[in-house]
Amino acid sequence: MNSDFMTLIAGVIDWFSQPMNWQGPGSIPEHVLEHVTYVVISTLIGAAIALPIGIGLGHSGRGGLMAINISNIGRAIPAFGVIILVFLLAGFGVIPVIVALVALAIPPMVTNSFVGMREVDPAVRQAAVALGMTGWQRLWQVELPIAMPLIMAGVRTSAVQVMSTATLAAYVGLGGLGRYLIDGLAVRDLSQVLVGAILVAVLAIVTELLLAGVQRLITAKGLQ
Amino acid sequence: MNWGWVASNSHQIMAALLQHIQLVGLALLFGFLIAFPLALLAVRWPRLYGPSLAVTGVMFTIPSLALFILLMPFTGLSMATSLIGLTLYTLLILFRNIVQGLRGVSPSVREAARALGYTPARRLFAVELPIALPVIVAGIRIAAVTIIGMVTVTALIGQGGLGQLFITGFTLSFATPLVIGFVLSVVLAVAVDLALVGILYWLTPWQRGVR
Repeated sequence: MNSDFMTLIAGVIDWFSQPMNWQGPGSIPEHVLEHVTYVVISTLIGAAIALPIGIGLGHSGRGGLMAINISNIGRAIPAFGVIILVFLLAGFGVIPVIVALVALAIPPMVTNSFVGMREVDPAVRQAAVALGMTGWQRLWQVELPIAMPLIMAGVRTSAVQVMSTATLAAYVGLGGLGRYLIDGLAVRDLSQVLVGAILVAVLAIVTELLLAGVQRLITAKGLQ
Repeated sequence: MNWGWVASNSHQIMAALLQHIQLVGLALLFGFLIAFPLALLAVRWPRLYGPSLAVTGVMFTIPSLALFILLMPFTGLSMATSLIGLTLYTLLILFRNIVQGLRGVSPSVREAARALGYTPARRLFAVELPIALPVIVAGIRIAAVTIIGMVTVTALIGQGGLGQLFITGFTLSFATPLVIGFVLSVVLAVAVDLALVGILYWLTPWQRGVR
């Protein structure tokens, strides 16, 4: 077992040090780029759908049960099944993967943005009304800035989940870092699997840090 | 939808569903048995909480598929491989919620229990746990629903419960098994979620009517 482990680690080091793994088709940069493309597109589409729903429901204070139900049922949808099902319906291409990842990205963002908006102190809300602010002004200048940390927490959760699930794209013949997992599994090459796992984990951590930076940039100074 | 296929393969579908339930149930059970003592330690010695949370955070970035494959050299294509992986993921969610729940118990309640002469063990089981129950059950719900979806991925390493139907559908280019597997796993998740809400309602009579 110990020597197996050493062979595994040696294989990983070997993989990362081969120049051919760093250039051209099937190389690490290419798979990373494919992977990041799936993640960015899906998270953005997911945010464009989820944030208006969560923020709107939270702002109006209605439909809380709906927000929670969307998110519960959404979490129950198996991404693996969606990918294959849409693949059978739409054929080869990025659509199955994007659909599955968008479905995965929506629930955490709906819940978090809804909760974030609801947690705005009612006294603050009333003060804004008393100052004569319109609904839009209250939304943009008072509620959204206060809810921003929770909204961003939802975006971060979604992005990290999408990042690790995007590996399933390889099962329906696409690229991305899942190629290392699926191909490694097919030929029982665990070093290759570990390479993929390490790259995805690093990407996920980088994403977390980047989004934490974005959060700091867009959170009002007084709320940090 | 080809109902003929469903009728002639009902045996396989039932077996897949049963394996799915078994994997989820066992993973939750083992996850809870490990997470509970760990959470008690982390509440008792808060210094342990930060590092545990960091470890769990990094664990979550590892794709489940990779974790399952990397466990294979140790446990092969057996049920243990998918069970260990699933348990690890439940552990992370359960640990965080149990700690949060126990920490949410107000210190004055804790002191009142002590003043009444409760032993630490009795205080934990008769006072702190009941108060923490809603947060703990919320964690169990998230863990259950998350791994009900995740089980399907283990079809790629020869387990998978309803995920086997996904693979069947993919290899045959045939949507019926996929739709069946998909619907059953969503229904299972919703049923388990509702059951947990019901259990919480039954266990916490003092919360009823409070909003």
